[in-house]
Amino acid sequence: MKSAPRSLKTIIGTLLLSGAVQASAADQTILNTSYDIARELFATYNPTFEKHWLETTGKTIEIKQSHAGSSKQANAIMNGLQADVVTFNQVTDVQVLHDRAKMIPANWKTSFPNASSPYYSTTAFLVRKGNPKNIQNWGDLARNDVALVFPNPKTSGNGRYTYLAAQGYAQKTFGKGNDAKIDDFLGTFLKNVAVFDTGGRGATTTFVERGIGDVLITFESEVNNIRNQYGADKYEVVVPKTSILAEFPVAVVAKNAKKNGTEKVSHEYLNYLYSEASQRLLAGFNYRVHNDVVKAEFADKFPEVTLLTVEEIAGGWPKATKEIFKNGGKLDQLQRR
Amino acid sequence: MATQLSVAGTRPRHKRVLPGLSLSLGTSLLFISLILLLPMTGLVMQSVDMGWDRYWQVISDERVVASYKVTLWAALIASVFNGFFGLLLAWVLVRYEFPGRRILDALVDLPFALPTAVAGITLATLYAPTGWYGEILESIGIKIAYTPWGIVLAMAFTSIPFVVRTVQPVLEELSPEEEEAGMTLGASDWSVFRRVIFPALWPALMTGIALSFTRSLGEFGAVIFIAGNMPYVSEITSLMIFVSLQEFDFPAASAIASVVLMASLILLFAINIWQARYLRRLHGRS
Repeated sequence: MKSAPRSLKTIIGTLLLSGAVQASAADQTILNTSYDIARELFATYNPTFEKHWLETTGKTIEIKQSHAGSSKQANAIMNGLQADVVTFNQVTDVQVLHDRAKMIPANWKTSFPNASSPYYSTTAFLVRKGNPKNIQNWGDLARNDVALVFPNPKTSGNGRYTYLAAQGYAQKTFGKGNDAKIDDFLGTFLKNVAVFDTGGRGATTTFVERGIGDVLITFESEVNNIRNQYGADKYEVVVPKTSILAEFPVAVVAKNAKKNGTEKVSHEYLNYLYSEASQRLLAGFNYRVHNDVVKAEFADKFPEVTLLTVEEIAGGWPKATKEIFKNGGKLDQLQRR
Repeated sequence: MATQLSVAGTRPRHKRVLPGLSLSLGTSLLFISLILLLPMTGLVMQSVDMGWDRYWQVISDERVVASYKVTLWAALIASVFNGFFGLLLAWVLVRYEFPGRRILDALVDLPFALPTAVAGITLATLYAPTGWYGEILESIGIKIAYTPWGIVLAMAFTSIPFVVRTVQPVLEELSPEEEEAGMTLGASDWSVFRRVIFPALWPALMTGIALSFTRSLGEFGAVIFIAGNMPYVSEITSLMIFVSLQEFDFPAASAIASVVLMASLILLFAINIWQARYLRRLHGRS
């Protein structure tokens, strides 16, 4: 009788051990925390990196993914989600990890080339077949016969880029000091919105599945992906002559990586995004890249346009957040009745 | 367990109606504290260090106030609608035998089981101008999805089981003899309903409507996908909370949340008091 529980313990212990061994079959595991619509992108990138890591170090690595709105993800990390790296679609969501939680160093933007943004995109339009409302540029979006769909700037980085891009266009058209005209344009632009979804995918659904609106405004990458997915015969892509540079920042969550002992592999995971092979992969997902060789290969996919930076339009993200998007800011004033 | 056994061995000091009351009461209180009180205290704590001025400023912001109005009106219409149709549904389920009654009965709980976001997306699909219902409604000039009516629809959908499930047991208890007695005394159908059935049902119905109303005040997932979320027109209070969270402004979020919480608490208390009084009057002093 006495030996029975002991042998049972041994069995359970062995099972648990083997389970633990199985769970970490790879030498190491890292968690990549990312925004909503990057799921497919990293599902494709991760195996190529795992192979690269094995070839260069002889060690195996397993990469886990977590996806949600990037502000939500930043929140989760500050609340204890053990993310080793972040790959977001908005600088402020990375910055908050330094400002509030001191989880990444202040100079995270110089840790990797191109302001730690291995790929970028811009804001573009998706219109229905034949472009019935003849939408060519931002100016057309403030006509009173046009209904727009884009995510709420209050809840979506995507939406904030859209607002800033429209502001950039207005500044270029009316002159930077002409505030009355710029506000007037932005006010009408905002009034034309038919539905304010909370995120990018929601806006896509509203436009494509629900048939609401004449134009969907979202990242160029998303615009192209939708057209490929739903049929090039149903939609047309319009990339305006002037738009915004939308950076997709990456960073190693230093505090977690140190704790998990994954600093080296985390750094290389992000660094490898800049390799030619990875840049080609990214371009395949309709993101614009910096690598000249890849750029030339995909030249016809990405039309040459003037891309204004957030710095040029609004003096950088901290200023834009404070003056435009914060409670009571410019956006609230323009939407006031 | 050990203490429980030793207590059983000695002579019990108090006689209790329920066996094991102290244990079950203790467990209940512990779980209420852990599951209900702790998160609510956390919520209050978040907003505690912001000061009254800032608190007032946040909760009285023009746009937030507009969201209260939209939320209140929509919740009110939805719960009144549910009061009517919930009663009807409960009536049919209790008083009639028909094939598929069991299935219909089970279906009533579906809105509880369904994740509200799924409900919202489904409703938006059906009522959008491209959807089954939406297309027909659009042709006669009615728009539901992406208008305040969409909010009402989503709220009504997610909270109708409250009314049905509170009214149903009371209806089942109500003996047909009372109605028959009324009828033999020469009362019309309508006056039997008004004077015999309705007074007995009323407290349960009010509770159901109140629960439906408070549930609607806090509804987020279902509404957000069908509301259109236009400032001052179709933004609900939960969205205002969500926006504050996205801005990493936790105190503001909990400040607005506390307003919703207060409204619900006051309403539930009021209903409880009213109901107790009503029942006392109905059954005489007891």
